[in-house]
Amino acid sequence: MAALNWQIVTVTAVRDETPRVRTLSLLVPSWQSHRPGQHVDIRLTAEDGYQAQRSYSIASAPSDQPVIDLSIELIEDGEVSPFLHDEVVVGDRFEVRGPIGGYFVWDGAGTDPLLLVAGGSGIVPLMAMVRHRAQIGSSVPCTLLYSSRTPEDINYSDELQRLDAREDGLRVIHTLTRSQPQGWTGYSRRIDMRMIGEMLEGTGRMAQAFVCGPTPLVESVAESLVNIGLAPSQVRTERFGPTGA
Amino acid sequence: MSERFATRGFVGRRRTPARGQRVPPGQYLANDFPVLSAGPTPHTPLADWSFSVEGLLSKSVTWTWDEFKALPSREFVVDISCVTKWTKLDTRWQGVSVDTLLEHVELDRKAAFVIAFSDGGYTTNLPIADVVNDRAFVAFSYDGGPLPPEHGGPVRLVVPHLYFWKSAKWVRGLRIVERDQPGF
Repeated sequence: MAALNWQIVTVTAVRDETPRVRTLSLLVPSWQSHRPGQHVDIRLTAEDGYQAQRSYSIASAPSDQPVIDLSIELIEDGEVSPFLHDEVVVGDRFEVRGPIGGYFVWDGAGTDPLLLVAGGSGIVPLMAMVRHRAQIGSSVPCTLLYSSRTPEDINYSDELQRLDAREDGLRVIHTLTRSQPQGWTGYSRRIDMRMIGEMLEGTGRMAQAFVCGPTPLVESVAESLVNIGLAPSQVRTERFGPTGA
Repeated sequence: MSERFATRGFVGRRRTPARGQRVPPGQYLANDFPVLSAGPTPHTPLADWSFSVEGLLSKSVTWTWDEFKALPSREFVVDISCVTKWTKLDTRWQGVSVDTLLEHVELDRKAAFVIAFSDGGYTTNLPIADVVNDRAFVAFSYDGGPLPPEHGGPVRLVVPHLYFWKSAKWVRGLRIVERDQPGF
């Protein structure tokens, strides 16, 4: 299986999304098309054979293959993300295997409205879904609720604005929890049950929800969704980044 | 093909020798406690909670929360490793050894595997040999406090010598069976 074999990829583009998130575009020689929401493992090898391995979600839509985008958040005391941020340039090579994951995926089948809830860099796999939805011309109603600390921390900001403006059934709602721009009229608090309830107005209880972010956010959003009346099977979660015990 | 491939400029952060020996090859050291699960966390009120051992036994047994907490328990300090590549050293748990639970039942001679079943319908299957002789316990406390729901509370199975996904969260009982059955 190609998905389980390590293959050497080449960095074809590097782009800063925010001060803390950098997107690497990777040319993958024999890529078996991914499903939006899936991730890859990457492996870095030092000259003496020492290796480090991490998992990163794919941000791009399947239609971009054989190039995939990974958006990597800088973890200051990390081992791999500082290397990917500070060292890697176009033309560098490392190893990737994937795509991996079969549960936290949306590939455009079905007509249930989507509720995507992202906290911080949890936006990445959900962005693959939003991009795929636009690529295939899906009219499935989709609400993206995206929590960031400050306006500068919003990933894919311009692209989300453009996609939202297409008025094709996608709605992008931001909440800015730490600082807001002048004249901000949107949400400025952590995602809570009332906010989730407002997102579900109009779509009712049929929504398929995907929640990705730090553990406390995922816990609280998933619990709110179940309390509002969604079945646990309608709520798929993926947790990112450091957590408390 | 890639055994000799190296990434330009990558050195990596080497472990200090004392700790390095305890981290399995390819694992990285986690100082936090990552959470891996696919859906909402179950929240069963303790008043409705029970723990059972059933299956290939002369007689099954069920404990309420108070009865379970009254079973002999002890502290376990163990290293845990997740299949997603992190390892956490010296985690401190309070729990009931699976040996203690099995002392309350009489196993059928055909008993060979155990299915840990959990709130939310998850199951995890293990050979009995992997969970006896003090190699597995049902934990109700982590790091001196109650086990948080997102980490499997009120109780989870902990099998330190296996990858952590075998350590079923929100476990509600053990079913003793003859043959291996695929889990979630």
